[in-house]
Parts: sequence; structure tokens; C-alpha cells
Amino acid sequence: MSISDINPLDAGAPLDPLPGHSSRGRLERVLRRGEFAITSELNPPDSADPNEVYERAAIFEGWVDGINAVDASGANCHMSSVAICALLTRMGYAPILQIACRDKNRIAIQGDILGASAMGVQNILCLTGDGVQAGDQPGAKPVFDLDCMSLLETARTMRDEERFLSGRKITYPPNVFLGAAINPFAPPHDFRPLRLKKKIEAGAQFVQSQYCYDVPMFREYMKRVVDMGLNEKCYIMAGVGPLASAKTARWMRSNVPGVHIPDHIITRLEGAEKQKAEGKRLCIEIMQEIKEIEGVSGIHVMAYRQEEFVAEIVHDSGVLKGRQPWKREAVSDAALVAERMEELVDEQKQIPAEMAENAASNT
Amino acid sequence: MARLETWTSKLRRTNAKSDFQPANVSPDRRKQRRFTIRLWVVRNARFFEWFYEKFANLFLFLHPLWKAVGYHRAEKPVTFVERHVKGLLFNCRMCGQCALSSTGMSCPMNCPKQLRNGPCGGVRANGNCEVEPDMPCVWVQAWNGASKMAHGQEKIMDVQKPVNQSLRETSSWLRVTAEAAQAKESVKS
Repeated sequence: MSISDINPLDAGAPLDPLPGHSSRGRLERVLRRGEFAITSELNPPDSADPNEVYERAAIFEGWVDGINAVDASGANCHMSSVAICALLTRMGYAPILQIACRDKNRIAIQGDILGASAMGVQNILCLTGDGVQAGDQPGAKPVFDLDCMSLLETARTMRDEERFLSGRKITYPPNVFLGAAINPFAPPHDFRPLRLKKKIEAGAQFVQSQYCYDVPMFREYMKRVVDMGLNEKCYIMAGVGPLASAKTARWMRSNVPGVHIPDHIITRLEGAEKQKAEGKRLCIEIMQEIKEIEGVSGIHVMAYRQEEFVAEIVHDSGVLKGRQPWKREAVSDAALVAERMEELVDEQKQIPAEMAENAASNT
Repeated sequence: MARLETWTSKLRRTNAKSDFQPANVSPDRRKQRRFTIRLWVVRNARFFEWFYEKFANLFLFLHPLWKAVGYHRAEKPVTFVERHVKGLLFNCRMCGQCALSSTGMSCPMNCPKQLRNGPCGGVRANGNCEVEPDMPCVWVQAWNGASKMAHGQEKIMDVQKPVNQSLRETSSWLRVTAEAAQAKESVKS
């Protein structure tokens, strides 16, 4: 970690602007310096308690350069990505705000982009989003007013032209680093690199890929991407993740849209004595292979419900090459805060409605 | 550096220059028939309430037939008839979860906001729609219809659940019939 990646006054505040940078965030700096970046994904809580977000983010500390805040992934309802990002920026984390087009129309999305940027969000990942049929509330109305491409262009217009889609002026633009997703493992395979090109033209500055379990296929894709020179216009991060078992792998393959897992991976997991450990080992091996592929700028670790292994996976794969990403400094009043936290845990929960009821019944 | 052309700049450059300007109504209205028949139905809401009750009973009476034929086989023809009959009478949008008896026989899906629980605050002084100034508000009509019906004013008070969008373009008649038949059986047993 470079010392310039910390705002000495306030860990949660944006960094000093640098020439040529679109955002004032750490992730863009790491990528532009040519360092191998690591990002991960926070499993959003089904709760209104901010501490659950903080706890889930703390396990990534010192191991990742960015934390994706997913926007109702798989169309399942969770805490909103904007809120998670707002909480994370308070603590100094570098969140990547995911925006899915499934749930919000262009009016809501443009408002969210402004609001998120105001809260200190420096990175936005533009997604189309899974269909509502994939989630826990299939009766919901699918919005899809924009798609990932027009969303990228919308965000870029807001940032560079300082205007809404309507043309109305924005007084202070959202200075964000724009990302998108790629899936090199889905048909039509020969169109995929061109689709990346299209996304770059629409405004993508970095991309994160779908789970990569088929390294030869990814290598093939990257070869075409490098031939087209796209890796010079956009930072490409490969998505990886540990498989908990052969059963999970099978389930993912048939239930999660867009996931491609070759048979030999599943056979290998099945043959292992400890499937979970084997899944981790497999993930590490894939990461080590990927980091040698030309044009890859980083890795996105998606360890759904295995977030505690991210540190271990990143460490064992050696992809950071000794570099340590941002970690919260222990400040002098941290001990005081920690103590107060302990007290809060033991204290009786105060529920306003109940307290009012008690007060009313006492009189 | 030359700025890339974006959507906004494109819109600003190209808008309002061609000869063809579509009629200035919402896309909803473009799909709609004229609402003469719909208003006539609301005026005769009492009759349609009575008729619908008889009709629902008939469908329920035919439950053994639907079962013999197979609901899945009956689905296509029944949906076809339902779409066209209700389309003509109510401007039906095939939401698949008919609430006409609770909305004074005025289909709430014709509201530009698709409100299913009563009028919004934007209704104009002349009783027309906020979005479509020349269309009578669906819910003003609904209230008129409900006042004419036997149970209209009680049923308009039912809170309608959010629309289950996955049921769109399905037959409401068959679903209601099958559910009623099931309820009847469970009472018996």
C-alpha cells in the first residue's frame, strides 16, 4: 500500500484528485499504478443493523482493494447496495457500488448515482441484473428500463458532461470509476470480446468477470481481448471463487444464471476427501494460473458464504506479491469505541414501540 | 480531447426535427380502445355484478369438466376467450388477477399508475386523470360503479395485494375457479 492512498485527515474522505483519474478512490489508484488488484464481494445482510455490515466488511480488511456491494443479487431482497456503500465509506473502506437495472428505472438510478457519489462512493459497477424469476419474489415487476450498456453511458454522461439524460445540468458531477461485468464463458463466444469492446466504448474502465473455472476458455478469450488491444483501455479482473462441494458446484451450474463449471472440476471435487479444502485449493490454483495470463489486471474473489476464507485464499495464492491493501489504523480512541461497543452488546435492547407501550400502561 | 457523443447529446441533436410526431398521449393509451364501452359497463355495474356471480358459479359448476379436460388443456382456449371478452368490455390488460368486483367493474389496470386500491391525489376537478387529461379517472368511475353494486362499497374497502407479475397473461377465470373448487372441497372434508 502506498502512503498516498490514505487521507490523513479522515479515512472515510475521498483522496486527493490525481490528473487523469476519474475518481478519488483507492481502487483506481491501485489499478493505474499497475498493481495486481484484489476485490471481493460482501454478502449483504437481511437486517437493518449497520454492525452486521461492518462485521462482514472487517474480514476483508488488509486483503482487498475494493468491496463489491451487491444490488439484490440473484433478485433476492437484501439491504440496498447504496446503503451498504454509504456505511462502508464512513469506515474508510473502498466499496464498489453495484447497480442492477432490474429494480430501478432511470430516474431512480440517476438519483442513486448522485447520492452514492455524495456519500463518498468512488466506484460503480453497472449491471443488467438477473431476472426476477431467479429470486425469492418472482411476482415482482421487472423494470429493466436501462440495460448495462445504457447505464454505463448514463453514468459517463453524468460524470463527463455533467448532465442528466434529459440534458439538465448537474452542478457537481459524480466522479466515479466505472465498471462493468463480463462473462467470457457464455455463448456466443466469438461475440464476447466485441461486447467488452462495446462496454468500453460506453464507458467501462474496469470489468469483473463471472466465476472462472475454465481457465483454457478464459485464456482463449483474453488472447482475443489482448489482440484487440482492449486490455489497454480497461482493467480486466477475473472472477474466482471457492466451491464448497461438488453438490454446490452442481447446484450453481444449474441454478445460477451464467455460471459455467466444466465436468472435470466437479469430478475432482467429488474425488477429494475434504471437498471444502479441495475447493479452496482449486480456487488458489486457478488464481495462480490467471495472474500469469496477459492482460489480467486483478482478481475478483466471490466467496459467497465463505467470506472468512478470502484472506487465506489471497494470501496462499500469493497474488498480492507482498503488497498489503488498505487496513484501518488503530487510532487512539478505538479502544474507547470498542469498550463502548461491548457495553452496547450487553445492554438491554430498547425498542421504542415497547417503551411507549410500557409508559402508557404505567400511567 | 474531443468528447464522445452520448445519448444526451444525441437526443438534443436529433429531437423534434422529423416530420412524424406521435400523438401526445401515454403509451398506455395508444394500446387502449376508446373507453365508451368501459364507461357503459360501469354505468351498468349492478347488472355485471349479478352476471359475473352467475358466471363464476357456472364455471365452478363446470369444475369436473375442466378437470376431465385438464386445466392445462383448457387454458389456451379459455384465455383466448377471456382476453377478448374482457378486453372488449373492460379494456382488460390480462393481469391475471381480476379485481373487478372490488373496483366497481372498472378495470384498475387502465390507470396509468395501475393503482389497485383507490384514486391518487392527482385527480382533476372534472374527474379526469392526472396523466391523461382527456380520460375519466378509472377510480372515479370505480367509485360510481361500486355505489351501484350490491356489495361494491364493502368490497372496494378490501386492500388489494401487490400484483403478482408472474401471473400476467394467464386466465383469471380458471385460477379463481380452481381455487374456489379447492376451498369447497376442503370445507367438505
